[in-house]
Amino acid sequence: MRVSFFSTCLGDRLFADACVDAVRLLRHVGATVEVPAGLTCCGQPALNAGYAQEARRAARHTLEALGGADWVVLPSGSCTAMMRHHVPELFEGEERRHAEALAARTYELSEFLVRVAGVERLGTGLSGRRVAYHHGCHALRLLGEHDEPLRLLAGAGAEVVDWRADRECCGFGGLFAAKLPAVSAAMADAKLDSLPDVHFVTSADGGCLMQLSGRAGRRLLTTRFRHLASVLWEGVGTSVGLRTAP
Amino acid sequence: MMPDGPAGYPERSKRSIREQPGVRRAVSAATRTFDGGREAAWREIDAARWRDWLRDVKRHALTHLDRYLEVAERAMERNGVRVHWAETAADALDVLDGIVRAAGVKRAVKAKSMLTEELGVNAFLESHDVTVRETDLGEYIIQLLGQPPSHIVGPAIHLSVEDCRQLFARVLGTPPDATPDALAAAARAALRTEFLKADLGISGGNFLAAETGTVALIENEGNIRLSTSAPRIHVAMVGIEKLVPRFVDLSAFLQLTSRSATGQPIGNYVSLIQGPRGDDERDGPEEMHVVLVDNGRTRVLADDRAWEALRCVRCGACLNICPVYRQTGGHPYGFTYSGPIGAILAPGLLGLEEAMPLPYASSLCGACADVCPVRIPIPDLLLYWRERAVEAGLVPSAERAAMHGFAVAAERPTLFHLAGAALRAASSPIGRRSLPVLGGWTDERLAPSFSPKPFHRLWREGIE
Ligand code: SF4
Repeated sequence: MRVSFFSTCLGDRLFADACVDAVRLLRHVGATVEVPAGLTCCGQPALNAGYAQEARRAARHTLEALGGADWVVLPSGSCTAMMRHHVPELFEGEERRHAEALAARTYELSEFLVRVAGVERLGTGLSGRRVAYHHGCHALRLLGEHDEPLRLLAGAGAEVVDWRADRECCGFGGLFAAKLPAVSAAMADAKLDSLPDVHFVTSADGGCLMQLSGRAGRRLLTTRFRHLASVLWEGVGTSVGLRTAP
Repeated sequence: MMPDGPAGYPERSKRSIREQPGVRRAVSAATRTFDGGREAAWREIDAARWRDWLRDVKRHALTHLDRYLEVAERAMERNGVRVHWAETAADALDVLDGIVRAAGVKRAVKAKSMLTEELGVNAFLESHDVTVRETDLGEYIIQLLGQPPSHIVGPAIHLSVEDCRQLFARVLGTPPDATPDALAAAARAALRTEFLKADLGISGGNFLAAETGTVALIENEGNIRLSTSAPRIHVAMVGIEKLVPRFVDLSAFLQLTSRSATGQPIGNYVSLIQGPRGDDERDGPEEMHVVLVDNGRTRVLADDRAWEALRCVRCGACLNICPVYRQTGGHPYGFTYSGPIGAILAPGLLGLEEAMPLPYASSLCGACADVCPVRIPIPDLLLYWRERAVEAGLVPSAERAAMHGFAVAAERPTLFHLAGAALRAASSPIGRRSLPVLGGWTDERLAPSFSPKPFHRLWREGIE
């Protein structure tokens, strides 16, 4: 398996350690990982704000940088949703066909581990950990990712605790958070206020984690927020064997 | 009371959250209850198939609207209904004025109707010396308070029982510790005399079956039944998008709308109104008028993206599940229709410039599309209006410049990495002041913490 890993712009700057852990995880399940030179941003921030032309420029650059990758893996549900659903719609003709072909081989990390690599039990490194999982909206709705991350967490020994608001939006929404900060913060509060007692909160989406941890920090809450890639790498733990789902 | 217009949304939503924590509490609790009801009621049926069916019937009706409007007009005339056409709100109010003058109307009762809110019927009639009384409990409450509705289905959703207790103690003299049932009973007693005194009953229409000219209305309290049958004149104001082709189509629409709105299999009362009192009948109005209102709808219909919003059956499900709406209720939107559907209807009905910034009042989470019974692709339409806003230059010029800069940098990795490094420096407490966009972020949150080294450097240095 040759995997082209796309850290995403947010991952590159804010979740560099999680990206390193994602690379380790991919290697651990037998992939050869490449990081294509020149990747920047998939264009989602522009598209969501209504700037289709600007989004197209960023997306075109991304498609060129990824070229004919076998598999593309991103540590982000919403950027994966952008690549899979919105990028092809920005183009026509040959470019669109290329975008569609690449979209079919593009996966969010946990989705790739379960659906492509066929892994569910990474190790036992999370045993004794109580975890809350935040479903990013685009992973949930555009990728249809309901239980892949949960299976991986549980498969590594974590107890995934029920959280009433686990499927509600954190209030990030890209430029939305800066345009309507009070509404965005109140949305984060609705999640934080219903949070059960856990060791940490995790998610496949760095943007959501940044929003939730930023708000929790401002409210002086001590909850920890960790990117799923790092949590899963911890889940591999010291175990040597790797069991593959049937 | 008419809402203030969308422009003030950012400021009003902020104030609502800061200064009215009770509104956020009441709206969050009520919408969660509504949405829970919808979810349970959908589980009892093959909701996916019902939704496809409703979507397709509405699509068909809207793409053949000219034909069905004529069919409906002929059927209603056969039934003895006087049919009026109104292109604008002013035209609709003119029609109403004509009816009121001809019959010498002094007192009117109103059944809950969002279209009459959109048209400003109450203020208009009051200014023409007609006393108007809202008879839906929620509408009655907000009329007493002089407020517009905060929700399509539950207009007083933003108020607590305690708010109502205080209001009724003041207006109706109920005891300060009255139970919700006692409050409702007091309102009912006060309203009963209004029904008997009124010469005119005004309603909307949930659906209009073209084939038979039937105006269909759903409710739970019985006030619509009374408003449309007790006074000697009944006027139904109906948006032209409310047409369904056949009488049998009502069956699915009435049921799925109820299940989506409140989780009931069907509303407590369904009125199927097909004309004034006949010679052999004992009840019903002497005169019935239907005003078919456009007020921007044909303009929306002509837009091959935006027209999908016209399928809306006003069930409120998208408001109930919307995490943005839940924080404030409907008032900050400044438009009759709030929440996700309001954000995509406003640009079509008011014009995009007038509707700004409502298309941006969403995190694009997509929850609304999961629950819309007629499958309106609300997030896609929000994006559509945002793109139109950018094209029309209705966005801040600093934002436009920043997005242009983003595109330039996204094509040039070296520049992009330089910008990333600059952003990291700017997120330090000193740098923050120089970057206003981070200001919006850090008002409510701690600044994000940047990784000591970006991933692309770590990768170059080698992993493991
Ligand atoms: S847009 Fe859909 S969910 Fe929202 S009120 Fe209309 S019909 Fe109901």
